[in-house]
Amino acid sequence: MSNVERMSSTRSNAITADSLVKHFGDVHALNGVSLHVPAGTVLGLLGPNGAGKTTAVRILTTTLRPDSGHATINGHDVVGDPRAVRRSIGLAGQYAAVDENLTGRENLMLVGRLNHLSKPDAAARATELLAQFQLSDAGNRPVRTYSGGMRRRLDLGAALVTHPPVLLLDEPTTGLDPQSRSDLWEVIGGLVADGTTVLLTTQYLEEADRLADRIIVIDKGVIAAEGTASELKSRLGETTVVLTFADSVTAGKARDALVDMHAASLPTDVNALAIPLRGGPATVREALNILESASLQAHHIDLHEPTLDEVFLSLTGANT
Amino acid sequence: MSTTTASLTSTDSPTVRPVPHPGDGLMWAIRDTLAMTWRNLTTIRRVPQLLVFAIIQPTIFVLMFRYVFGGSIKIPGQSYVDYLMPGIFTQTCTFGAISTAVGLAEDKGKGLLERMRSLPMARSAVLGGRVLADTTRNLFVVLLMLAIGTAVGFRTHTNVVMVALGVFLLVLFGFALSWIFALIGLSVTNGEAAQAAAFPLLAPLVFASNAFVDPANMPGWLQGWARHQPVSAAADAVRACMVTGGPTATKVLTSIAWSLGIAIVLAPIAVRRYRRI
Repeated sequence: MSNVERMSSTRSNAITADSLVKHFGDVHALNGVSLHVPAGTVLGLLGPNGAGKTTAVRILTTTLRPDSGHATINGHDVVGDPRAVRRSIGLAGQYAAVDENLTGRENLMLVGRLNHLSKPDAAARATELLAQFQLSDAGNRPVRTYSGGMRRRLDLGAALVTHPPVLLLDEPTTGLDPQSRSDLWEVIGGLVADGTTVLLTTQYLEEADRLADRIIVIDKGVIAAEGTASELKSRLGETTVVLTFADSVTAGKARDALVDMHAASLPTDVNALAIPLRGGPATVREALNILESASLQAHHIDLHEPTLDEVFLSLTGANT
Repeated sequence: MSTTTASLTSTDSPTVRPVPHPGDGLMWAIRDTLAMTWRNLTTIRRVPQLLVFAIIQPTIFVLMFRYVFGGSIKIPGQSYVDYLMPGIFTQTCTFGAISTAVGLAEDKGKGLLERMRSLPMARSAVLGGRVLADTTRNLFVVLLMLAIGTAVGFRTHTNVVMVALGVFLLVLFGFALSWIFALIGLSVTNGEAAQAAAFPLLAPLVFASNAFVDPANMPGWLQGWARHQPVSAAADAVRACMVTGGPTATKVLTSIAWSLGIAIVLAPIAVRRYRRI
């Protein structure tokens, strides 16, 4: 990429990373990761524990220097101009935190003061954020009395004190109960609607699916796949109908009868068949009709969606 | 949370206007440091148990040495309680510095340092704020120990100015040690580990010193260390300021030299470590 090209792509991309490498001793946390996030969009960085997600976030937030490669936030180089980067970002999630012994309001005010807001501005902003995150009633209580969901909301609020144009969310909902998780998703969705650029790391396919415009699957420090949620899903496998029979002989006969519907035996169960659900519910009816005319009966019928485990298995090989 | 989304759409609130930035200005470093100092002092106030324990421990030492061992320890020319208390003050400041390591290690373990490091604040402010808060706390505890000492018979024999100078030397010594413990706190991952790492370093400093006994009764190989290490230098200077009077200048300057030397060497190393966690 020439300099001119890099400059123009930097301008439209709020976040860029170019061949980031970071090794910790023998551990290759990042092994050449490149990504770019156009302004106002959400990138989901999806991967298992130890994939390198947090390392990537730490480099982008200037708290860790890459061994090689470049990264920019809003056009500012994370190594060359870390101060400008820090003024452009908000960080929240598993590795950001709030002070348990301060109240919610004090936490927000402290972050405001450390972002160099004046005292009245920091106080006014804290009041606004407490209201936005439904913490007004709890605002003057020490954070150690908060529930897990309240802490994460406060943590996200702390990341938003200066209305940063770029938000880095490192596993923002890990460890939360389903209700708190969907509450937080709604909040993040609202920020995105306001035009904030977000890089979100997650272990949950559902979370990436719900929030991200584009998804990068990362594993062992390298990018395993990249695309929109639906692109990845169609690449990663289809929803199948799983039919289970009394024995393997019946299952074999059924497979022959359903050969036109691409029926395949399951490697894990000799009594079962999988049929890709390409025609929606009609596929199920068609399969059952064929079985009935062949006088074969399924014991059990099940729908099977590709799981995140299978996604990783198919993308990264069976050695995870 | 359904209302949240709606309210979030009203961005650009008039309150968010970061003050124009003069870069790495000293003014900002001081402001950031004071903000962090405030935060740390607030934490100390919110968890008063920690402060109570910080006072109980030296109080037990006072009672033990004053009433249990004190009768068997003879210091020529002065009452033992007058010899003991400056040693206790020094010990209090020395052990007090552990809280710097514990506080930083806990902030690191809980992810607070990570957030601070992603903020556009001065790089020295997290450590500076920690050390200043612990120094303030040390001052408070030393004044309290002065009162407790007075209650068990300790008497100063100089004047108010010299006693204040003694308190200043103690606080300065604690300040210097805090930078050593800042380095330890940044190198471990939780409060317990910080405590465990700090004690082996402190034991020879505090106990193989002149804080509680006269080194003349120690084995020869230990005497050289016990007379000239920084805890002994501080205790000596404080004794001269508060109790014995006489030629104090050399002792005071020796103690100040130790404190400044430790701080000047260790503070930049600790800040450097903070930048590269």
